[in-house]
Amino acid sequence: MSTLTESQLDPATAVYDFTLLAGDPWLHEIKRGQTFRILDLEGNQAADTLFYNAHDPADRYSAQDTIREQGAIYLTTGTKLMSTRGYVLLTITADTCGQHDTLGGACACESNMVRYAIEKRSMHACRDVFMRGIQQWRPSWSKRDITHNINFFMNVPVTPDGGLTFADGVSGSGRYVEMRAEMDVLALISNCPQLNNPCNDYNPTPVRLLLWD
Amino acid sequence: MSAITPSLIRFEEIVPPGSSWSHVLKRGTTLRITDTEGGANVSALFYNFELLVERLNLPDTLKCQHIARLTKGNCLYSDMGRILVSITEDTCGWHDPLAGASNEKILTEKYGALNYQAARNDWHRDAYNNFLRELGKYGMGESDLAMNVNFFQKVTVDDGGKMIWHASNSKPGAFVDLRAEMNTLVVLNTCIHPLDTAPTYSPKPVRLAVWTSPPPGPDDPCRKSRPENERGFILTERYFL
Repeated sequence: MSTLTESQLDPATAVYDFTLLAGDPWLHEIKRGQTFRILDLEGNQAADTLFYNAHDPADRYSAQDTIREQGAIYLTTGTKLMSTRGYVLLTITADTCGQHDTLGGACACESNMVRYAIEKRSMHACRDVFMRGIQQWRPSWSKRDITHNINFFMNVPVTPDGGLTFADGVSGSGRYVEMRAEMDVLALISNCPQLNNPCNDYNPTPVRLLLWD
Repeated sequence: MSAITPSLIRFEEIVPPGSSWSHVLKRGTTLRITDTEGGANVSALFYNFELLVERLNLPDTLKCQHIARLTKGNCLYSDMGRILVSITEDTCGWHDPLAGASNEKILTEKYGALNYQAARNDWHRDAYNNFLRELGKYGMGESDLAMNVNFFQKVTVDDGGKMIWHASNSKPGAFVDLRAEMNTLVVLNTCIHPLDTAPTYSPKPVRLAVWTSPPPGPDDPCRKSRPENERGFILTERYFL
C-alpha cells in the first residue's frame, strides 16, 4: 500500500455535496480545475466510476492506458486517469485509502451468474445501475458507452504468478479519494450493490460526493 | 497435439508485421495463431457477431477465473456471461490481458514517426489505429473499443503493483488455439506490444489457420477447469437453444 495523502479542502466550502445511496446511479459534470472527492462514509464501499470527455464522450476513461502509463496497476495519489485518445482526464491529488482497483470491472447480473450461481441473475448489479443512469440522463448513449471502470475503495490484488483475487477492502469509514479535473469531464458512478463478495464487506452503504471550485 | 489434420484446415493466412486482420470465427471452428519467428505480439478484440454490443470483457474474464494472465484452459468472456472463445491449446504459456494497445505517441517517442508516403507498407502502424480502421468495416468505432488481449506477450505484476514486461516470452513456432464458442468477430493486429523495449521498430508476422474443431464435450478441459467456466458454457449453450 502506498503512502496516504490527506487533503486540506474543507467540506463546508464545497460547491456540491451529495450522498449517493448504494445501488443508485449518479452522473455529473466536473469542470476543468474543479476538485472531486468521493468519501467512503461507512467503510469498504466500492464506487464503480466511469469518466468521459464532457465535450466528446467517445473519448473516455481507459483502464489499460491508465495502468500502463504509470507502470502500475493500482490507482492512488499521483495517478493520471487517461482517456482512450491519450489525454489526462483527472489526476488523483489525495487518497486516504491507499489503493484503488481498475481491473475488476463492474459487477453485472450476467457475470454474477458465472461467478456465483445461475440463480443470482435477479440480484441488483452495477452494470444495470449504469444502464439505467444513461437511459435517464444520456438517452443517446448505449451499452457501447459503458466501458471498463474504476473501483474506488476496492482491493483486487494481483500476484507475481498471474493470480487475481477480490480481497477484503483496505478502506474504512471516513476514507476518501480526491482528484482534480484536467479537462471538463462527465462522471458516471454506480454505488455498488454487490452482496456476493467482500468488495462491500457484504453490506453496501452510501458514499458522499463533493466538488470544490 | 501440435499438427492440425490437414483435411480439417479451412484456410491459412499470413499476417505481416504491423497489419490488421478480422474474421467471423464460426462456432465449430478454431483459430490457430502461430508466432513463426518468436517475439510476436497479437493485439486482439472479440465481439458476438450477431450482437456487436456484446464484446470481450477482460475484467469479467479475469475475475471469474482469478487470473491476470491467459493460457490453456482459460475462456474469454463477453459482458453477457458467455464465452466468445476458449483457449484449447497453448505452447507459449502466458498471454497479456493488462497492458493494452500501442498508440501513435508510444511509437513516435520510441522510434520516430514513419508515414506511409515515406515507407509504403513498412510505415509505423499502432494497435489503437489499426483496431479503429478494422472496426470501421463492421460499422463500429471508438465507442466499441474495449480492453484488449496481447497474445504471446508477458507482463507480470510485482507485490507493489508494478508492471514488468518480459522480453522473449514466445519462442519461434509457439501457437495458441482459440476455439469459437459463439460466432465471434475476431479483430486483431500484429503491431508491437506497448511495453516492448526493443531499440528498433520490429513487429513480427504470425500465421493463422482456421480449422474445423469438435464441439466441447462434457469433459472438455476448458469447461472443467473451474466451476465458473462450467456455468459459462451452460450460459453460452443456452444462447443457441
